[in-house]
Amino acid sequence: MSNANQQAVARYKNNFLKEVEERVEEGHWVKMCMQCGVCAGSCPLGPAWEHTPQKIFMMIRAGKRDEVLQSDSMWMCTSCYNCIARCPRKLPITHIMHGLANYAHRLGIAPKGQPTREFAVMFWKNLTKRGRTNELMLTLSLYFANGIGPGIQTAMNMQKIGLGMVLAGRLNPMEIFGGHSVKDLKGFHAVLAKAKEIEDRKKGFAA
Amino acid sequence: MAKKEYAFYPGCSSQAKSSAANYLTSVTAMCDKLDIKLTEIPDWNCCGASIGYAEGGELPRLAINARNFALAEQHLPGQDIVATCAACWLGARESKERLDHTAQLMQETNEALAAAGLKYEGKVKVRHMVEVLIEDLGYDAIKAPVVKPLEGLKIAGYVGCQTNRPFGIDGESFENPKYLDKFIEVLGGEPLEKYEQKVACCGGALAFSEPEKSQKQIRDIVESALDHKAELIVTPCPLCQANVEVYQSEINRKHGTNFAVPVVYYSQLMAVAYGSSAKDAGLNGQLIRTEALEKIANK
Repeated sequence: MSNANQQAVARYKNNFLKEVEERVEEGHWVKMCMQCGVCAGSCPLGPAWEHTPQKIFMMIRAGKRDEVLQSDSMWMCTSCYNCIARCPRKLPITHIMHGLANYAHRLGIAPKGQPTREFAVMFWKNLTKRGRTNELMLTLSLYFANGIGPGIQTAMNMQKIGLGMVLAGRLNPMEIFGGHSVKDLKGFHAVLAKAKEIEDRKKGFAA
Repeated sequence: MAKKEYAFYPGCSSQAKSSAANYLTSVTAMCDKLDIKLTEIPDWNCCGASIGYAEGGELPRLAINARNFALAEQHLPGQDIVATCAACWLGARESKERLDHTAQLMQETNEALAAAGLKYEGKVKVRHMVEVLIEDLGYDAIKAPVVKPLEGLKIAGYVGCQTNRPFGIDGESFENPKYLDKFIEVLGGEPLEKYEQKVACCGGALAFSEPEKSQKQIRDIVESALDHKAELIVTPCPLCQANVEVYQSEINRKHGTNFAVPVVYYSQLMAVAYGSSAKDAGLNGQLIRTEALEKIANK
């Protein structure tokens, strides 16, 4: 168990709701859920969720910390915002699901190898490196995330699409040498570092 | 002097040789005909997109968006920020809303920005290009430059998610927004108003991480368009465009279907209807070529 996770368990004991309210993005909304289930019925990936958002809200109040944070449910969110648009209590459900996933990921207890978790980490590292997304490197790191063999297989399957994108002027093979970037990279990185430092302090992740 | 001026936030996917490069090409042609002047926010950075949440957390995402606001306020004072990408617009607008309403986050974000000598004042507005077209120009002004009407082309207006929820376009409903249909109509095409998948999700970033689940969504989006005899699908979102266009061949490979429906941006329809060349309308950027639009453009 990671240090941050142990500390959180010790600090909040059995009060998972309080932990979510204090440490999860938009977590203070959770107690407003009235269990109507519109979110569960509105999600395009609904059947893929082991626990629907409605159920997750109740599980949080019931103190089911491990079952929620170790679940791959939140990672099914496509960020379509259907649940937010339809929630009669106006809960920012999409953000709460993102917040729970982020918190579980930072604690180190989110499911290992969960593909959206891995892709999301890749995406953030990719964009923060130069301040702008490098689409070629993002695609390649995704293909080769599971090693060289499966990577080559995926790359072969997607070869026609990739070539089509290059020919259509929508993918640049030269991005392997760098690609687009912000000019004040030093300033961009300084802003990010400071923001992360403040966030870590607030959410119990400070070293 | 141009009729309207904006601080332009093109976003990563619209850059040269990126996945929505043809979006920018067509927006440039469209804005030229509508006398809209876009000045790029100097040194803008990525918005973090939705999928940035897992590693990025809250404050880093707010801070990188606020960096763009600060740069716009400093270099292009008084101009609204206009984004063409649905995710950029949403990421920026969401960040702005949270910062403007939460003093603590605003103070912390400015503490982060100070590390680069920047400050967000909370002044700049964040808007989507579609809002500019509808609210600042209006449908009559969108119709005015039409020289090559779209000859009754049957077009499915696929609005998707992030240009529609949670903010959407003022006066439109979440379940059945009409603006794409109205664009199609004033440009001389035939909007397929009963298209059921208008606001369905293409899977977004999960097209990469959960291909099967997301390709099921895409299949529905394409199939429903074909049920209504669509010749084209039109969308305002770069990820919707890429996902729905690019994965048709994958779906065909896996399921033995024979999909090949072109997916274009509203700005490409406008550029063609306004008399731009196929190249200026970015039609050479299609993976699935749209011969119908090319024919009109080449007339």
